[in-house]
Amino acid sequence: MNKLELNSLYQLTMMRFLLFLREPEAIFWIFIFPILLAAGLGIAFRNRPPEVLQVGATTLQLTQALNADKGLTSTTIDEATGTQALATGRILLLAVQRPDTTVYQYDSTNPDARTAKLLADRAIQTAAGRHDTLPTKEELVHETGSRYIDFVVPGLLGMNLMGSAMWGMGFAIVDARQKKLLKRLVASPMPRWQYLASFLLSRLVMLVIEVAAFLGFARLVFGVPFRGSIAQLALLCILTSLAFSALGLLTASRAKTIEAVSGLMNFVMFPMWIFSGVFFSSTRFPAVVQPLIRALPLTAAIDAMRGNMLQGMTLQQLLAPVAILLAWLVIPFAISLRIFRWR
Amino acid sequence: MAMPTPQAPSLLLRGLHKTFAEVVAVNGLDLEVTPGECFGLLGPNGAGKTTTIEICEGLTTPDSGDVELLGLNWRTNAEELRQRIGLQLQETQLSEKLTVEETLRLFRSFFRRGITVEDSIKTAQLEEKRSARVGTLSGGQKQRLAMACALVGDPELLFLDEPTTGLDPQARRNLWDLLDRLKQEGRTIILTTHYMDEAERLCDRVAIMDHGRIIALDTPPRLIASVGGEHIVEFAATSHNKGANGAAAVDPALLTAIEGVESHRLTAGTHQLSVRELHTAVPKIFSVLASQGLHLDEFRTHSATLEDVFVALTGRNLRDE
Ligand SMILES: Nc1ncnc2c1ncn2[C@@H]1O[C@H](COP(=O)(O)OP(=O)(O)OP(=O)(O)O)[C@@H](O)[C@H]1O
Ligand SMILES: [Mg+2]
Repeated sequence: MNKLELNSLYQLTMMRFLLFLREPEAIFWIFIFPILLAAGLGIAFRNRPPEVLQVGATTLQLTQALNADKGLTSTTIDEATGTQALATGRILLLAVQRPDTTVYQYDSTNPDARTAKLLADRAIQTAAGRHDTLPTKEELVHETGSRYIDFVVPGLLGMNLMGSAMWGMGFAIVDARQKKLLKRLVASPMPRWQYLASFLLSRLVMLVIEVAAFLGFARLVFGVPFRGSIAQLALLCILTSLAFSALGLLTASRAKTIEAVSGLMNFVMFPMWIFSGVFFSSTRFPAVVQPLIRALPLTAAIDAMRGNMLQGMTLQQLLAPVAILLAWLVIPFAISLRIFRWR
Repeated sequence: MAMPTPQAPSLLLRGLHKTFAEVVAVNGLDLEVTPGECFGLLGPNGAGKTTTIEICEGLTTPDSGDVELLGLNWRTNAEELRQRIGLQLQETQLSEKLTVEETLRLFRSFFRRGITVEDSIKTAQLEEKRSARVGTLSGGQKQRLAMACALVGDPELLFLDEPTTGLDPQARRNLWDLLDRLKQEGRTIILTTHYMDEAERLCDRVAIMDHGRIIALDTPPRLIASVGGEHIVEFAATSHNKGANGAAAVDPALLTAIEGVESHRLTAGTHQLSVRELHTAVPKIFSVLASQGLHLDEFRTHSATLEDVFVALTGRNLRDE
């Protein structure tokens, strides 16, 4: 037997790995699921070429005027059919020629319909002889970094780091406690700190694979930008993962059954799924709760990662979220060391 | 294997008390186990065997009392003690997804010195199962693996909590053979069991526990001798003119009056007599029963066992609960 084989920290860490690799569901949720989710969101919110809006008009003359605009395509229909088409969403706007005026029928709460109204009005006014009084020119941009996918990738990354760290810690510990394996281990000369350290070590190695796979996918398929330092991003990921591991440890430090710890985990993570801005900016919540939201570890993690990836901010500029994450690492860890139930 | 100093007992318990909520699990226990001895703790469910052994293992702290192992104690020498003892808990499920070999390699890594993983696999006769996942092992194989985990550190003192519970007779005998070998190697073994035959077969001395106390402590033959009769006669009888429940009433006084009958008990319709000499007592028992107009349904005799000792001491069967 060589030295390494006799090293208990190495053996404990290896055991964690083997147990993880032999759990196919865990591999799916940690490695595959986030990629599928990113792919799904990327496709759903991809930037489509500007759409041609369907409209209708009651006279041939109006239809010709409308079709003159590249953004509109119009058909000539009578008012009754048109109203029905409007109601079923086949057209966004119906232009009705009245003796004294032109009437636009559309749903003003639908953004596409509002756009159609602006375009239709411009087209009809132009056809009637209106001239632009100021010369203008269009320059089209499709900048990476301002798309939804760019926004959501750091959010998904943070959420994934939270889930894998919390579940990885919580389930394994409570399972071992429930099966009295924990008791058996502490009855042996195993140093207790090594048991906990083996979780963190295996987490760090898994983190490399998990983050690399997810971000690699986001980069290759969606061209998500990395404007900040990659090394600092890696540090942020490690810090995030450790903070959530500490929180997972705390959550699992007393629970005796898997059911109990599952409930606790969901209770702890639920507010963050909602408030931490994974899918939309957390600034949409009322100002009074903002300080609370800022203090959540997932908010801090996602803010820091968005800052790094999208805005190219350095760690010095991200001191506030980093400090919040550090606090979430140190405090739960210290508490759980005190209250941990070893048997 | 380093031998403990000859004077120091392997285990010394003095005035041990442990209460859980309202349950008094251990109620004033003194015990001394000498090096190389195989010592059995015997008793019904809830007697306090596991609590006692876990106090010895440093897993439970007693409310009061002293514990000394190999001349050391848990307060000041925990680390060294953990290195020198081996143990098996009453219920542990090792990680199902690790193999036998991986499990043993993990446990081996905790000990500074000990036997090789290879040797522990051989000792537990798990060669064929070395690469099998723990989850696929049979109950007996799991038990042997737990034993191997207890042995990887080459312990001088071994604690085994019900090592053979749930095993089939063949597997139990295999484990007994293994324990014999461990005894021959000079290790001190402390085990708990519900099985009297096991204690008789394995243990140099046995303590019978009930309600957190030791109610008898001696070598198995002397404990058995203490009951009085060396033989137990068991019978069930029915009257020719049956009573409502079919079982006949026998006047115990008539039975205990027979010469050589030491005691009488009636459990679940079966009469138990402890008897000194079978060949003289049995004909007299028959004639008493015949004179009462009783008909024998069952009749058995066996040599007195620790079970009978327990019954004699407590008036209960060991597995009544
Ligand atoms: N952790 C605990 N909390 C509360 N009560 C306990 C605890 N452990 C043991 N007890 C109680 O203490 C008493 C002794 O239990 P113990 O496990 O020592 O018995 P035992 O002799 O090992 O029984 P068995 O043969 O069933 O294993 C029982 O009444 C049990 O209910
Ligand atoms: Mg027990």
